[in-house]
Amino acid sequence: MRGNMYLLQIDKFFILEKFLLVGFIISLSMLVAMYATYAERKVAAFLQDRIGPNRAGIFGILQPLADGGKLFFKEEIIPLASSKTLFVIGPMLAMITALLTSAVIPWGPGLPIAGRNVSLQIADINIGILYIFGVVSLGVYGIMIGGWASNNKFSLLAAIRGASQMVSYELPMGLALIALLMLVGDLRMSTIVQDQIGKGFFNWHIWYQPLGFIIFFICALAECNRTPFDLPEAENELNFGYHQEYSSMKLGFYLFAEYINMFISGVVMSTLYFGGYDIPFVNEAGLGWDPWVLSVLGFVVLMTKAWIFIFIFMWIRWTIPRFRYDQLMNLGWKSLIPLALLNMVATAVVVLWLKK
Amino acid sequence: MNVTEILFGILTVMALFSALLMITSKNPVHSVLWLIVTFFSISGHYILLNAQFLAVVNIIVYAGAIMVLFLFVIMLMNLNNTAEPKKNRWLKLVGGIAGGCLFLVLVAALKDSEVKRQFTEVKTGDIGLIKNLGKELFSTYVVPFEISSILFLSAMVGAVVIGKKE
Repeated sequence: MRGNMYLLQIDKFFILEKFLLVGFIISLSMLVAMYATYAERKVAAFLQDRIGPNRAGIFGILQPLADGGKLFFKEEIIPLASSKTLFVIGPMLAMITALLTSAVIPWGPGLPIAGRNVSLQIADINIGILYIFGVVSLGVYGIMIGGWASNNKFSLLAAIRGASQMVSYELPMGLALIALLMLVGDLRMSTIVQDQIGKGFFNWHIWYQPLGFIIFFICALAECNRTPFDLPEAENELNFGYHQEYSSMKLGFYLFAEYINMFISGVVMSTLYFGGYDIPFVNEAGLGWDPWVLSVLGFVVLMTKAWIFIFIFMWIRWTIPRFRYDQLMNLGWKSLIPLALLNMVATAVVVLWLKK
Repeated sequence: MNVTEILFGILTVMALFSALLMITSKNPVHSVLWLIVTFFSISGHYILLNAQFLAVVNIIVYAGAIMVLFLFVIMLMNLNNTAEPKKNRWLKLVGGIAGGCLFLVLVAALKDSEVKRQFTEVKTGDIGLIKNLGKELFSTYVVPFEISSILFLSAMVGAVVIGKKE
């Protein structure tokens, strides 16, 4: 056998830096998701002219900890007639798939540590964006398995709604992505970000793919099960949806996974269409600043963009009412897919025309 | 034994184990879930062969879409032991003999083939990377590729026509 020693060639520094990065990003996703729950309650309160949580700590800043503590100490109930293993696996899968997506996102330009250029991306794989797509398509199993294992008709119906919604909205999402990939010519996330750096912010893909972005955004709302597409947990039709039978931290995981998904989809949209860690109107390479400062600044910029998306998600949730199920399916199959196809063909024509 | 061989061993055991459990488990939903685990371990093998595109497409298409539809149908049918029709014992015997014959033929056919003496070469070649694969598909194999895409299109149109029929 030849040429198969590649896994042993990895040096210790590489493993250490990747472990640190993975640990950091997972804790970051958790922290952001925690404070997204707080932000959601504050935004809801603001939009409804209330005050919102303000008891735990100043401005209620400790509210997420209190919520988490409450969920941990609640009684855990597993229904007698449920399929127990799957009942436990459901929320686990929801959480795992939510956290996995962050692996291919470039969080900053890279740091030089002890003579090595440490990339701020866990894995810069050849298939980049397809990996995100694959993990997102697996997100449906958390809902389906949880809903089915609860052995409850409402949960099952909600799970099936969720599954068909996610499968349907993956199609226009993929088609919108194809148009973007034709512009870049590569699937690597790092190349997609590099492609957008420069010219103030007029190199950002949003200027070339406005329709594609709108389609992607709508699909991201649907994939995260956010209002107006939160049909799987429509409480007036299905009691509480697929997590009706869940209690304590298992329920917490389902709710928490939704916020992580929101954060990650905000990051993905910033990376794909809004320049990722690119600082608008600043020529980073020309500044001659320390790479550490640039990396931290880039990271802060990316986080700001992601938080803006999270805010828009919340704004939409507390403004727009829920779709009816047939409206949801009609929007997905009869409006978004033809639009995305049109966008794809138009982009292909323009790309070919400009290359000649 | 290096890391690649260990990974190959783990993935192979996982694939065979989950495939066996898929056949033997009584509950159809569990069967589908084990089949998904099988797909994952096969995707792992693709990654060992450096066929990243194939691995991720296998997950997106099979685990992410087709198996979801399988689960969908099975969950809605609400299959359980009482609803299952009793199978004839002779039918089982005949099925066993037929399957055994197929197995025997396959073993006999592959026994002396080249494959046995070749080790799988992992992490050589980069044909599985997306750029090379795309170039091959759209230059050398463009005709079969387009024909198969027409086949898919006609299948989709057929499904819509059948679905529309009142």
